[in-house]
Amino acid sequence: MSLLIRKYAISADDWIELDDTAEIPSNAKIIVSLARSRAERETLSAAKAIGVRLDNTEDIAALWPELQALPLIALSFPKYSDGRAFSQARCLRERYNFKGEIRAVGDVQRDQLQFMQRCGFDAFALRADQNADECLRALGDFDLAYQRGASEDLPNVWRLRRQA
Amino acid sequence: MYRYDEYDQKLVDERVAQFRDQTRRFLAGQLGEEEFRTLRLRNGLYVQRFAPMLRIAIPYGLISSKQMRMLAHIARKYDKGYGHFTTRQNIQFNWPKLEEVPDLLSDLASVQMHAIQTSGNCIRNITSDHLAGVADDELVDPRPYCELTRQWSSFHPEFNWLPRKFKFAFSASTADRAATRVHDIGVHIVRNEAGELGYTIYVGGGLGRMPMLGHKIREFLPEADLFSYCEAILRIYNLQGRRDNIHRARIKVLVKSLGPEKFTELVEAEWAQIKDSYLKLQAGDVERMRARFDVPAYADEAAADDGSFTAKLASDAKFAAWAKRNLRKHVRPGYAAVFVSLKANGVAPGDVTDSQMDALAALADEFSFGELRATHDQNLVLADVAKKDIHALWQRLSELGLATPNIGLLTDLICCPGLDFCSLANAGSIGVAQDIFDRFEDFDYQHDIGDIKLKMSGCMNGCGHHTVGHIGILGVDKSGEEWYQVTLGGSAENDAALGDRTGPSFSREDIAPAIEKIIEVYLAQRDSEAESFLATYRRVGMAPFKARLYDKASAHAEATA
Repeated sequence: MSLLIRKYAISADDWIELDDTAEIPSNAKIIVSLARSRAERETLSAAKAIGVRLDNTEDIAALWPELQALPLIALSFPKYSDGRAFSQARCLRERYNFKGEIRAVGDVQRDQLQFMQRCGFDAFALRADQNADECLRALGDFDLAYQRGASEDLPNVWRLRRQA
Repeated sequence: MYRYDEYDQKLVDERVAQFRDQTRRFLAGQLGEEEFRTLRLRNGLYVQRFAPMLRIAIPYGLISSKQMRMLAHIARKYDKGYGHFTTRQNIQFNWPKLEEVPDLLSDLASVQMHAIQTSGNCIRNITSDHLAGVADDELVDPRPYCELTRQWSSFHPEFNWLPRKFKFAFSASTADRAATRVHDIGVHIVRNEAGELGYTIYVGGGLGRMPMLGHKIREFLPEADLFSYCEAILRIYNLQGRRDNIHRARIKVLVKSLGPEKFTELVEAEWAQIKDSYLKLQAGDVERMRARFDVPAYADEAAADDGSFTAKLASDAKFAAWAKRNLRKHVRPGYAAVFVSLKANGVAPGDVTDSQMDALAALADEFSFGELRATHDQNLVLADVAKKDIHALWQRLSELGLATPNIGLLTDLICCPGLDFCSLANAGSIGVAQDIFDRFEDFDYQHDIGDIKLKMSGCMNGCGHHTVGHIGILGVDKSGEEWYQVTLGGSAENDAALGDRTGPSFSREDIAPAIEKIIEVYLAQRDSEAESFLATYRRVGMAPFKARLYDKASAHAEATA
């Protein structure tokens, strides 16, 4: 099981991420690929809850009708420098006001966490070599931001100036 | 100058602390080579041929005397006593030690400077007109818009891991002095027929191995919508730009493959979703930004121009020759913008020593309200000099070797660091620049040739903008030897165009003579002294140049293209 940070805390992971061939455990919260979530509706109904993992090439707008009721969407970083999922996350939060968990999965490492968080990710399945305490600290690298973005956790410079 | 508020300062300080920790983790083996590479690039730090290279941002080219003194200090403390001004109004140092870079960045932060996003696949330094605020053909001062854009793009959470680098340039004047058509986004600040301020947006320009001019995708964007529109462009690019091939990853390739119409359609559809969001500028945002820029306390015309300038022009021929080339009109009567040439014989174009930097800072304090500007032609400008002071300033610049009377002339050439410093280069460029200097040393001859832009790159990444030079030189490697391709007819200004290849490339030995032949053809072909090189080329075409360059007498020209 990978290390998980959720809502600014190192967290036990109550979800199981499955690949497309893994057996479906009964009465568990599972994360499956979009393809599997479509192909195996019947079998998956045994799960306690289903989250869906999207490739970073998927078009959020086209998928939104089938995403909207999900409790969790996992967005993928096949390589940490491939930043497409940043756009997907903001789209989910800002355009569609998605309230479930948005989880970063894949090549998830410390020095991008705060950017992810500001785009609307609230859970981070860390790459195996990451130090969870260091990663938690990274969410506080900056105390304010020029952009509002999807999370309003950081004081926004524009708002501060407009209020002055 | 734009002056940081407490928030700007805090962000820059936090960035230094972040990079200090990243460097510590890398040196302790806790952060991988590849991860650290992408992080250090976002702080301007490359690993070069002999040592790291650090690129420091000079937003829209504007720099205070205090900042210039800090650059001199950095040149002394961390480098070998000089810095190199680049074609994007930045400055580079070639010798800092990796473990000292956090301290260097901390020194920079103490004078409101940084190296944030000067490299890496993110939004780079925002460039603009080096005559912003003083040009007489300007609609409004573009710098507050540039600073707004700098802040919007700094640590942007969504757009820091793009397919490739991304460059903005702003122009607000009739003449485009910021090469906007060769940037990923070129913004022209304009007024529509109703008299409202806004922007014309160009997308998809760029140099490098697939040079292209930007396409106009929006004629008029209202002033308040700058960032929602830019986010729409960047989002389409971030999601759809190619990531499988570094040479196909710039936005220009996406615009080309989709076609500008389809690309525009996608951007407009995305924009429709976000145009009325919090991204809209609010009443007061631009004004508040404008108010953070110092306004020089100009003297009235009588006090600024006591007549001595005109008298000296008549009595001092050397001064007059310099003034003819190195001064530009100022919007305020009694003032002029003074160009400091960084293209002296024997010096690599754009290089300045620490003592020159200190001296320039002093001259800026004494003569130009404590400010300087870096140009994309790798020169500096003292933009607000009273005419009564120009002669004294010229004398001081002459003593410093900074008064070469060649602005806009052949030896005012753009040149990348080339093989001497850069790990990407295929061929030397500084040595060729020197050969050209030696051949055209006679300034009367250069004046006769008139306005011409020679631009040279040591490889096809095109840092020297060769594709948009009136004459472009590109260094290529052929079986371990340095060869040079030549293009004619390029331009980065209002009449932007990509240059045409003359034909087979030239050897190191033959490249400077080839340039001499090109000039001879121009002088023979022009219809009058008033017809510039570019105008002549566009009228007569390549044929006469080709004939002269590749006739049988030029024995060394290579057999194949």
